[in-house]
Amino acid sequence: MNDRPFIVAGLIVFVAIVTTPLWRGVTARNVVLAAPEIKLPAHEKQCVAPLNYMRASHMQLLEQWRDDVVRQQQPRYAAYNGRVYEKSLSKTCLSQCHGSRQEFCDRCHNYNGVAALNCWECHNDAPPAPRSTP
Amino acid sequence: MKITRKQFFQLAGLSLIAVGAKKLIKGTGEAAASEGAAKTTRWGMAIDLEKCRQKEGCRSCINACHSAHNVPQFADRAHEVKWVWKQPFSDVFPFAQTQYTENRFASLPVLLMCNHCDDPPCQDVCPVDATWRTDDGVVTIDFHRCIGCRYCMAACPYGSRSFNWQDPRPAIATVNPDFPTRAKGVVEKCSFCEERLAKKSGPLCVEACEEKALVFGDLDQPDSEIRKVLRLRFALQRKPELGTGPSVYYLL
Repeated sequence: MNDRPFIVAGLIVFVAIVTTPLWRGVTARNVVLAAPEIKLPAHEKQCVAPLNYMRASHMQLLEQWRDDVVRQQQPRYAAYNGRVYEKSLSKTCLSQCHGSRQEFCDRCHNYNGVAALNCWECHNDAPPAPRSTP
Repeated sequence: MKITRKQFFQLAGLSLIAVGAKKLIKGTGEAAASEGAAKTTRWGMAIDLEKCRQKEGCRSCINACHSAHNVPQFADRAHEVKWVWKQPFSDVFPFAQTQYTENRFASLPVLLMCNHCDDPPCQDVCPVDATWRTDDGVVTIDFHRCIGCRYCMAACPYGSRSFNWQDPRPAIATVNPDFPTRAKGVVEKCSFCEERLAKKSGPLCVEACEEKALVFGDLDQPDSEIRKVLRLRFALQRKPELGTGPSVYYLL
């Protein structure tokens, strides 16, 4: 019977420790999850397809480009806005606009924990600086 | 109306002739039309061995190809990767020599590369369709698709294919940024500079050869330069008896 204070104190400590995350959530204010900081191209406002499509389906587009170039010998891509691009990850995506794989592709992929196909094992990820005139 | 037995046979015979004649006319018409319409391309190469030997130890075409295509140079021969290379005549054409052939001749180097066969055995064995023959007669590889099983290497009777046993990038002196490197575990070989053919220029080795020993052209065009050379000179193919139909010819 003499152990009652110890047992109660121990239980209080236990509950406090287990519920720490809850208390921290309640006490912390203005919790903002840091979005990945992606470096956007300076001189170009429009990607080869609408933004929403690129966000959701760039992998399908890139895969289509790959098959077109390797299998069908069709290196030109006529975009929805009438512009014609070369279907090339290194020469078009990186060289003309996005510039850096680390500051564009990797930041978002790392943030989302998405392991993509390893394009860069073979393809050049250090192209010349983006062209000033598109 | 009543017809006699004789009239029946006459009628039957006439209709048979009519049907046959119609088929004949239609057949020749179609053949003529397809001859005019189908313009095919089959890239091929003729290597003038005499000219190729003019400069001893010349490697201009090999160096041009290997540096442009990021072909790794491993010190260990077991890991060797090659697109274009040389081997002694006696190894390449063992049946094109007699027992009295001069040793000097037999040991002279012959330039080798993928033969871009008409009926490539490497394509037949590939379990994932990573290698195939394009409409222009170029046998090519999709490195994305290759799983590195090396069936094609076993099937190729010319040893034209190499395997990347390790990451090739450290073994490339200066990486050409305009051409992808390969990854560990894929097979590679000469592609007849497919990327340059698409831009209407010829293979690099042909351009790099100062002696103009390599003639590249369309084997399907009777008036092309390569067809002219092959008409006028005696030419050998490697192992033609296998029925692979190599597109690389050796002018003696």
